[in-house]
Amino acid sequence: MSEESPITEADLHAYADGRLGAPRRAELDAWLATRPEEAERVAGIRETSAQLRAFYDPVLGEPVPARLELAASGRRERASRGRWGTAAFAAGWMALGAALGALATWQIVATRVVPAPAAENAAIARRAAVAHAVYSPEVRHPVEVGADQEQHLVTWLSKRLGLKLKAPRLEEAGMSLVGGRLLPGEVGPVAQFMYQSERGRRMTLYVRAESAPHRETAFRYARENNVGVFYWVEQTCSYAIASSDLSKEELLSIATMVYKQLEP
Amino acid sequence: MNETERLVDLIPRLRRYARALVSDRASADDLVQDTLERAWAKLHLYRRGTDLRAWLFTVMHNVHVNKVRSSRPTDTLDDEMPELALRPPQADALLVRDLDRAIALLPAEQRAVLLLVTLEDLSYEEVARTLGIPIGTVMSRLSRAREKLRALMLGQSAAAKLKVVK
Repeated sequence: MSEESPITEADLHAYADGRLGAPRRAELDAWLATRPEEAERVAGIRETSAQLRAFYDPVLGEPVPARLELAASGRRERASRGRWGTAAFAAGWMALGAALGALATWQIVATRVVPAPAAENAAIARRAAVAHAVYSPEVRHPVEVGADQEQHLVTWLSKRLGLKLKAPRLEEAGMSLVGGRLLPGEVGPVAQFMYQSERGRRMTLYVRAESAPHRETAFRYARENNVGVFYWVEQTCSYAIASSDLSKEELLSIATMVYKQLEP
Repeated sequence: MNETERLVDLIPRLRRYARALVSDRASADDLVQDTLERAWAKLHLYRRGTDLRAWLFTVMHNVHVNKVRSSRPTDTLDDEMPELALRPPQADALLVRDLDRAIALLPAEQRAVLLLVTLEDLSYEEVARTLGIPIGTVMSRLSRAREKLRALMLGQSAAAKLKVVK
């Protein structure tokens, strides 16, 4: 190791990334041999890089959506953007544009929906996202009543909310019921059902009773701090589905499933 | 090989980077689509013989930055939400999930540098050119990204001080 070229932070990263030429690498080898703490840090960097690649590399093997091939070939078929965009535009709703790509079930609800002011309903999305962020990381106490007592859970929550609730079956989407809990809402009790996939990915369903008959809305999407939320309002209650583990598409397909099952 | 074939070949790479950049699948593919469309519109600016892939990452970076700047979610939630707690690692699946989550918590400019280096294996010089920043900035962002990631993965606050190695 030469005195005139001290080992820098940049050297350590270049070393961990395998970007150094042989002479400099040898200097680093010698330097690290006497500094276990730094050596361990370098090993940690390499491990994280390997995990990153292991996590994202599978994307390389996924089938390429047709719309991307079209775009790569220079054909400008904007209409094909996000399969559902077209339906959404046809419904004449989307002055809001960009962020609304995935309103898949628009057509299901479109026929009977009167749009309500966004701000009025955004509160439920925020509350559902907060409730999800608070309870979904729980390892030992994710729910108050577990799925093993589902009947009791549903009866209890129904009674407190003054609604006839049921816990949707989402096995088709790979999610099974973990259980549920009662939460304080703005004006009364709120129910939260939690679901989990085999891999431990979690999603919560947030149900709030509406005191006065409400104007129904279509699915809306909101996202904050990594929690994606699809929510909609029925006459007597509002629903929100929240998850930080599922993609927007997965969340939407679950929202659709829940919507169909809970349809009166 | 003409441009179309080369662009089509590069789609998986663009998707991988986009997925890591924005994490939800539909938005990631939207970003790829916008990038490809932009690339076609700007193809005359691409200098033949240079690395098409690196050029596409530059295009994607610009598209992404503009998107983030201009688009807000459908309904913007307030900023008072608690930070999403990281679940302690219990199993590999959860651990990897946490890595994905930790990546999403990095500041965007640090995330881009880290991903271009580790996922795309671009040289530090290429990363500097791709993002239009000096190489010193690449190195400091890389260092900060890794330090923060390590802190997040340890479940600590990201306030850990950078170590200056002499």
